[in-house]
Amino acid sequence: MSIEIRREACIGCGQCADVCPGSLILIGPEGHAVIPRPERCWGCASCVKECPALAIEFFLGEDMGGKGGRMTVRRDNSLLRWDIVKPDGSLKTITIDSRDPNGY
Amino acid sequence: MKLKEEPILTDFLIVGGGTAGCYAALAFCERCDKSVLIAEKANIKRSGCLAAGVNALNAYIMPGGTPQGYVDYARGDAEGIVRGDLLLTMSERLNRVTRKIEGLGLTILKNPDGSYAARGKRNLKINGENIKPILAEAISKEPRITVLNRVCVFEYIVRDNRIYGVYAVSIDKPILYVISAKAVLCATGGAAGLYKPNNPGFSRHKMWYPPFNTGAGYAMGIRAGAEMTTLEMRFIALRCKDTIAPTGTLAQGVGAKQVNSLGEVYEQKYGLTTSGRLHGTVSENLEGRGPCCLRTAGISPRQDEDLQKAYLNMAPSQTLRWIESGNTPSMQNVEIEGTEPYITGGHTASGYWVNTNRETTVRGLFAAGDAAGGCPQKYVTGAFAEGEIAAQGALKYMDDGTPLAASGGGVKTLLESRLDGTGSADETDRLEEEMQLVMDEHAGGISRHYRYSGESLKTADEKIRILADRADLLKAGNMRELVYIFELMERLILCRALIAHLAARHETRWRGFTENTDYPDTNDVFLKYINSRFVDGEFQILFRDLVAEGEAYEH
Ligand SMILES: Cc1cc2nc3c(=O)[nH]c(=O)nc-3n(C[C@H](O)[C@H](O)[C@H](O)COP(=O)(O)OP(=O)(O)OC[C@H]3O[C@@H](n4cnc5c(N)ncnc54)[C@H](O)[C@@H]3O)c2cc1C
Ligand code: SF4
Ligand code: SF4
Repeated sequence: MSIEIRREACIGCGQCADVCPGSLILIGPEGHAVIPRPERCWGCASCVKECPALAIEFFLGEDMGGKGGRMTVRRDNSLLRWDIVKPDGSLKTITIDSRDPNGY
Repeated sequence: MKLKEEPILTDFLIVGGGTAGCYAALAFCERCDKSVLIAEKANIKRSGCLAAGVNALNAYIMPGGTPQGYVDYARGDAEGIVRGDLLLTMSERLNRVTRKIEGLGLTILKNPDGSYAARGKRNLKINGENIKPILAEAISKEPRITVLNRVCVFEYIVRDNRIYGVYAVSIDKPILYVISAKAVLCATGGAAGLYKPNNPGFSRHKMWYPPFNTGAGYAMGIRAGAEMTTLEMRFIALRCKDTIAPTGTLAQGVGAKQVNSLGEVYEQKYGLTTSGRLHGTVSENLEGRGPCCLRTAGISPRQDEDLQKAYLNMAPSQTLRWIESGNTPSMQNVEIEGTEPYITGGHTASGYWVNTNRETTVRGLFAAGDAAGGCPQKYVTGAFAEGEIAAQGALKYMDDGTPLAASGGGVKTLLESRLDGTGSADETDRLEEEMQLVMDEHAGGISRHYRYSGESLKTADEKIRILADRADLLKAGNMRELVYIFELMERLILCRALIAHLAARHETRWRGFTENTDYPDTNDVFLKYINSRFVDGEFQILFRDLVAEGEAYEH
């Protein structure tokens, strides 16, 4: 379970580094976000939700049965759109409004 | 490396800006015009247990219920080892703090008549994805609260059993903070990472409890001579296999039952307490009827979709798991397993021994939330309630004549010698792994089905002491590595305390959480709190009589 930061997409805003509850993300010397020790990631997705450039992808480690799916989040006011790219390349989007309580 | 020393002065210092800490800061400001400082290791926007979001408010008194009813429930679940005074004073505030967090912006599901919709007997359905940003936003609007993010507190300044402040370091810059305060609240949460986790490899931090809550508050208290209670009541969660995501939403949300590989519902056989459900699952596996699952196959497409959303709001890895594997919960039952043991006073009764005002045995030091003991089943709303009680207690305690904490002199030299630039985080990680293996094998971890004996605990203690000596010699190349060393040392002293507590309870009271193979039955001679104090490098155990509700307990 961890995240991967796509360097080419990162605009270096630093918001991911600010929110990580484990302070695991740094802004490297060239102004891009890096996670030097991805194995320390808790998988809370805070950084994924914060990233305005969709540069952070969330995945499940192979050791815990991860199959290569990737998840990013687009934030649009109270809406969170979770884009999940499945291992076969197809996309599934789940949209959640934070004003809607969970059904369960 | 040279450290710059920065003195800071405040009235009320809150160590840890999580659930209890943030709420305590707001509650304090409502009641006086003094200053508050939150020292937080990460950033209060997403730090601690609430980082990913939560799925429900687990502690609420429904119409027709009473605070006493909640006390009775928690006492039953903990087989009697609770503090009645703490549970009752918390329960009396649960509904008020719920209205307050709703007022701050949390979405709570309502019935058509405007009342809150219940999930089971005590839970409210919410959208808890943004609960921590909501708290952080409220704090940012209060000018008297100063937040120091990315600052790790590592030692209390205590003289004659009274607290004057703390020492802390920046996690980025070479700065030593000497923070003086008239009262201090410890709200650092509980401890994860003591035992070998479910996923020991690359995904080692994919655990249920935040791996960043390292038991700092317990460790600082232990070193300062504070009394601790009931550490032996470990919390072992029943969680979704691999992702270690919570199961309550499946069990209570769609009514999924625990079934074994034969398809039999086994939960009634072992009792429906929190520890009983775990014990049942371990037993079914041991007797060859595993794997165990929550029976979700056959739920409606609507329920399936709602579950995927609910998990994105609190444990997104579980939804990713369902979607990438193509096996959503309506198609396949969800396999469950027990986690490694954690110490957390929000679920069990472990933590600081406090009086009814949540003051610890160190004068002026208060504790709330997962850090405070005696009051299990407090969860989010109970952490709020305790934060409020502690803030009120601290305000009453404060004396404007409190002298400043001393300067950081000796501590600064010690840290600078550790920061000689030669160390590496790899060595710290290696020792941490060794510690987790020792605890797993000798102090009742997953691989031992949570079982231990007097003999095995003795071995564990010997090995942990050796690791602690080795940790003492670790060096750091930068501030981040220094913090990792602090965290390891916190866990090591907490392991020693936990071992002493496990060894003192000559019975098995909470099947699953404690499995003492020398004493496999309950013995009511042990209807007592097991408390400890660290004196001259050793843990002294105290047996204390149960405290009932209605009493105000003073130290
Ligand atoms: C994954 C998960 C899901 C949960 N789901 C629910 C739920 O759905 N409903 C419910 O009611 N309850 C739930 N709970 C329980 C509830 O969230 C906790 O009991 C409660 O949040 C604990 O609050 P706390 O303030 O004690 O700890 P936290 O909120 O974790 O706060 C501790 C804070 O201290 C900081 N800190 C730690 N060490 C230091 C240090 N040395 N210096 C400075 N700061 C430090 C941490 O960074 C953190 O911000 C859940 C818990 C977890 C872990
Ligand atoms: S998922 Fe959470 S723990 Fe992992 S890097 Fe992002 S913010 Fe940090
Ligand atoms: S939030 Fe996204 S864009 Fe900003 S620094 Fe992090 S990865 Fe880069």
